[in-house]
Amino acid sequence: MAEPGSNQTPETGAFFQRDRQWHPPAFTPSYKSSVLRSPQKALLSFDNTLSELTGPVFGHAMIRERDNDLIHNFARPGESAIGERIIVHGRVLDERGVGVPGALLEFWQANAGGRYRHKKDGYLAPLDPNFGGCGRTLTGEDGAYAFRTVRPGPYPWPNGPNDWRPAHIHFSVFGHGFAQRLITQMYFEGDPLIWRCPIVGGIRDKAAVEALIAALDMQSTIPMDALAYKFDIVLRGRRSTLFENRPEGN
Amino acid sequence: MAQSLDRPKESPSQTAGPYVHIGLTPNFCGIGGVYEDDLGSAMVNERTKGERIELRIRVLDGTGTPLKDALIEIWQADADGLYNSSAEMRGAADPNFFGWGRCPTDMETGLCSFETIKPGRVPFRDGRLMAPHITLWIVARGINLGLHTRLYFSDEEEANGEDPILARIEHRVRVSTLIAERQGDAYIFDIHLQGDKETVFFDS
Repeated sequence: MAEPGSNQTPETGAFFQRDRQWHPPAFTPSYKSSVLRSPQKALLSFDNTLSELTGPVFGHAMIRERDNDLIHNFARPGESAIGERIIVHGRVLDERGVGVPGALLEFWQANAGGRYRHKKDGYLAPLDPNFGGCGRTLTGEDGAYAFRTVRPGPYPWPNGPNDWRPAHIHFSVFGHGFAQRLITQMYFEGDPLIWRCPIVGGIRDKAAVEALIAALDMQSTIPMDALAYKFDIVLRGRRSTLFENRPEGN
Repeated sequence: MAQSLDRPKESPSQTAGPYVHIGLTPNFCGIGGVYEDDLGSAMVNERTKGERIELRIRVLDGTGTPLKDALIEIWQADADGLYNSSAEMRGAADPNFFGWGRCPTDMETGLCSFETIKPGRVPFRDGRLMAPHITLWIVARGINLGLHTRLYFSDEEEANGEDPILARIEHRVRVSTLIAERQGDAYIFDIHLQGDKETVFFDS
């Protein structure tokens, strides 16, 4: 149901189809764990039903003040995480260029040395006692978001004999319909590891890779405090229902 | 030359990786004190309307080995077939049922368990009723783009027989990959990512 008092009719049109040539395919053998985890049969295609058009609505009540501050949200009182202090900000848009308000963003990352706070990560680089590595926020009316963190370090992983992930931050995004659900990774402008990474390399189109690289944004830095990177995220757009004939109630 | 359509492209997907828990279920992986609870860990309360059920789901790779680092999200209608969503135009859904849940697969057993309710039927685009179903979205290390499928119920044979999505599956032998088996109050559902028993995944 529309929010009480809102004069906007919620959009209910079907989402644009995904361009699966643009996304990485399921089977990308240079990224070894995709080999046994990729479906081999064709996907079943159909236009969205209500089950894909609808999606959960997350409210501001669930977000606490420090949820978007990874420098402090796990730190002991008066202390902060070690590393290059950065602000990451941008907008969540859809493929029509329209801002997506109220989108829940969740992000996670390694610490400045490339170590994750996870029992399965046995990398030699130490944990930072003041860094957890998770955060979340909701976009504003225009789709804008921001958070503060430390720049994550690259880390080695057991794929090829000497593979290193570029510095990256994982993003999970909810739009307005469950069909817009997306997880991706943000990379940093100028990182020479980006073009050597088998996970990045699953994306075939260079322009698509570039869409995941955040630009250094000097206008948004805080002098003597933090650098800034701008990262826009685009979710599936949706058709207008104006000219669609549907039985009453659908 | 025509005008450019000038549309931005969807951000390309990337794998959630093996440490997806840090971001999506931090309490589950021992990162306490940042969020009170892991989002999506409790779906029902004592006032939620409908039949309580448990879903026991596993995700298996091409060798039949359960994934121990996957994460599943489910999205479903309430007992009356209404979604708790701003795009739901047919009426107000049960205020005690959010409709969305999230569960990582157990790091030892690979099992994922949801306590939820059985959803009511939801109309298809032409008004025919779809069979009761739950939408699933699966991410993990090795999965480059989240996989979308549905769980239907073995004790809804008649409704399943008239479901417009199940009817679209050309190879009828594959329909059973979307049907969870009832055992008491639980439904058992194995998702096969690859191979002879491969689950039907959707592009919608």
